[in-house]
Amino acid sequence: MVDTAPTTTPAEQRAAKRHPGRAPKGYSMRTLPGFSVIALFTMIVLYAPIMILVIYSFNEGTSLAIWEGFSLRWYRQAAANEAVQDAAIRSLYLAFIASSIGTVAATMAALATTRTRRFPGKTMIYALINQPLMVPEIVTAVALLIVFATIKVWTGHTSMIYLIVAHTAFCIPFAYLPIRARLETMDMSLETAARDLYASPWLTFRKVTLPLMWPGIVAGLMLAFVISLDTVVITEFVKSAGQETLPTYMLGQLRRVVTPEVNAISTVILAAGAILVALFFRLTQRKG
Amino acid sequence: MIDIDNVTKVFGAGDAAFTALSEVSVTIAENEFFTLLGPSGCGKTTLLRLIAGFEPPTAGAIRLGGRDITRLPPNQRPVNTVFQSYALFPHMSVAQNIAFGLEMLGKPKAEVKSTVDDMLRLVRMEAMRDRRTSEISGGQQQRVALARALAPHPEVLLLDEPLSALDLKLRKEMQIELKRLQSETGITFVFVTHDQEEALTMSDRVAVMSAGEILQVGPPRDIYERPAERFVANFIGESNFLNADLAGDSVTLAAGGTFPVRRPDGVRDGKVSVLVRPEHITLGGAGDTLRSTIENVVYSGEATVAHMVLPTGEPIKARLSNAPQGDGALPGAGSQVTIGLAPGAITVLRD
Ligand SMILES: Nc1ncnc2c1ncn2[C@@H]1O[C@H](COP(=O)(O)OP(=O)(O)OP(=O)(O)O)[C@@H](O)[C@H]1O
Ligand SMILES: [Mg+2]
Repeated sequence: MVDTAPTTTPAEQRAAKRHPGRAPKGYSMRTLPGFSVIALFTMIVLYAPIMILVIYSFNEGTSLAIWEGFSLRWYRQAAANEAVQDAAIRSLYLAFIASSIGTVAATMAALATTRTRRFPGKTMIYALINQPLMVPEIVTAVALLIVFATIKVWTGHTSMIYLIVAHTAFCIPFAYLPIRARLETMDMSLETAARDLYASPWLTFRKVTLPLMWPGIVAGLMLAFVISLDTVVITEFVKSAGQETLPTYMLGQLRRVVTPEVNAISTVILAAGAILVALFFRLTQRKG
Repeated sequence: MIDIDNVTKVFGAGDAAFTALSEVSVTIAENEFFTLLGPSGCGKTTLLRLIAGFEPPTAGAIRLGGRDITRLPPNQRPVNTVFQSYALFPHMSVAQNIAFGLEMLGKPKAEVKSTVDDMLRLVRMEAMRDRRTSEISGGQQQRVALARALAPHPEVLLLDEPLSALDLKLRKEMQIELKRLQSETGITFVFVTHDQEEALTMSDRVAVMSAGEILQVGPPRDIYERPAERFVANFIGESNFLNADLAGDSVTLAAGGTFPVRRPDGVRDGKVSVLVRPEHITLGGAGDTLRSTIENVVYSGEATVAHMVLPTGEPIKARLSNAPQGDGALPGAGSQVTIGLAPGAITVLRD
């Protein structure tokens, strides 16, 4: 008899998972000397200043160091401040447009790099898409400043378009990562099966690929939104006069009088970001 | 019906090129249960993928009912596949999976519903129609995959090891079920397996493949009783290979004895290998002339297998059915016995 090499069936794989050989022992927090100390220290450095910032946003007084009792005064003041309102609306508008366009582009890029045959330059494209993650933000900002400043002088045109273009480009790699990760876990044979069952390429995309990659797209959109919302360096360099976003407004305030109003705005941004990031993790961890 | 004409498939290019199929030609008849049998990696799935249209052949043509479909995209071929990995849509229920093909064909809602109901009944999954595909067992997933591929009533159904995940009992049931389906629906089945027994019991014809080539095509009985090559004989069933001399219509075994044989085409007189199936050998008959020495006797339920050596040193084994009562005891290791060959037991191989 020729022995036919056994292919592992899903049942066997499940069995193997249930009865693993000798699994390596995990590290134990108790036996690693200093583990808890370092962990605790890191946590304190990361979160203590933020805690203080949040606490003082509720301070009755004007000081950032002396507690004078609880109040929502600074929240009320920030909400009533027209400059803050203006900057907040601009920030949201910018984040919405940039993350939407960026996510569409990232979706197409992810499809092109996972769902097509090998083509020359595929690895190169992959590297190019991710490069913005490696280039320091300040370099991107300076480069954009130089190009956009020239265009502004030539055309005299100073609308939001520059910020939208800059934020969109900056968002794309962040949106791309979760979408690509999602596509890579998706079995290509599902699309093959749809084609086999008389679906055209477009219907295959709409009925199978898109619904299955949807959690990745939403996650990418949220990540891009948060990134756009708190990008300060690029915005500061690219914006024209009167185009403050929340982060650049705060930066401007910090140069003058510092009141807990900045804390209040930060706390709101922090809460919004935390909610989006929590949603992001829920979406990326749930298996479809 | 399906005409595979000189099809070659090469994956990759340059140094990394790999020929998965080389100049395969075979014609599959309408409403035939045709099985591709061969070891892992021999190109069975690749051949199915070419018929389904998921890959274009590197050379050659594929025709369906006389029409050249070589370049037709998969959604325009009246061919459906039961995938080796099932490939059920995880975001749809069992019923939605089965309805998918019909909906893509634009069938009216009422027809879709009644066909889906029929299919669910057929694979006995009515109770699970609204389950997600992740909430059913492996065997049930396989049945849904079968129902989904059958629902649009294709002209050809391709099945890639569809029973491999089932336990023995369900597997036997599904074998009978598949066979019934095939004769009732009039659909041509192209079935892939590397289980020889499954291939022999279910098929009208079997193609034995090895390393990208079809070695032999024929009805199960031909494949088993008259394998053309050593590989085929070896892959299907138990075999004894003996050296012999072929002269005209008879062979003389190296171990002695001359027997009449069917002479295959293209084999010249002289030294040949012959095949003798272990169950075609008897021991201690009256007129037996071949002598051998017993090395080992193994009892295996319905039969006893005697491992022996001929005076030439060639090993030979005999498979003897166990009698209902009788002590059935064979002489022990080291004893001499005579061997008899049933008429027609010797097959001359072409290698
Ligand atoms: N896309 C591909 N690129 C390169 N090589 C491939 C590709 N698909 C298949 N092959 C190779 O072609 C050969 C035949 O593969 P195929 O899947 O047809 O085998 P099979 O007979 O179905 O095996 P099994 O019984 O294990 O399913 C294998 O050696 C495989 O590695
Ligand atoms: Mg296969």
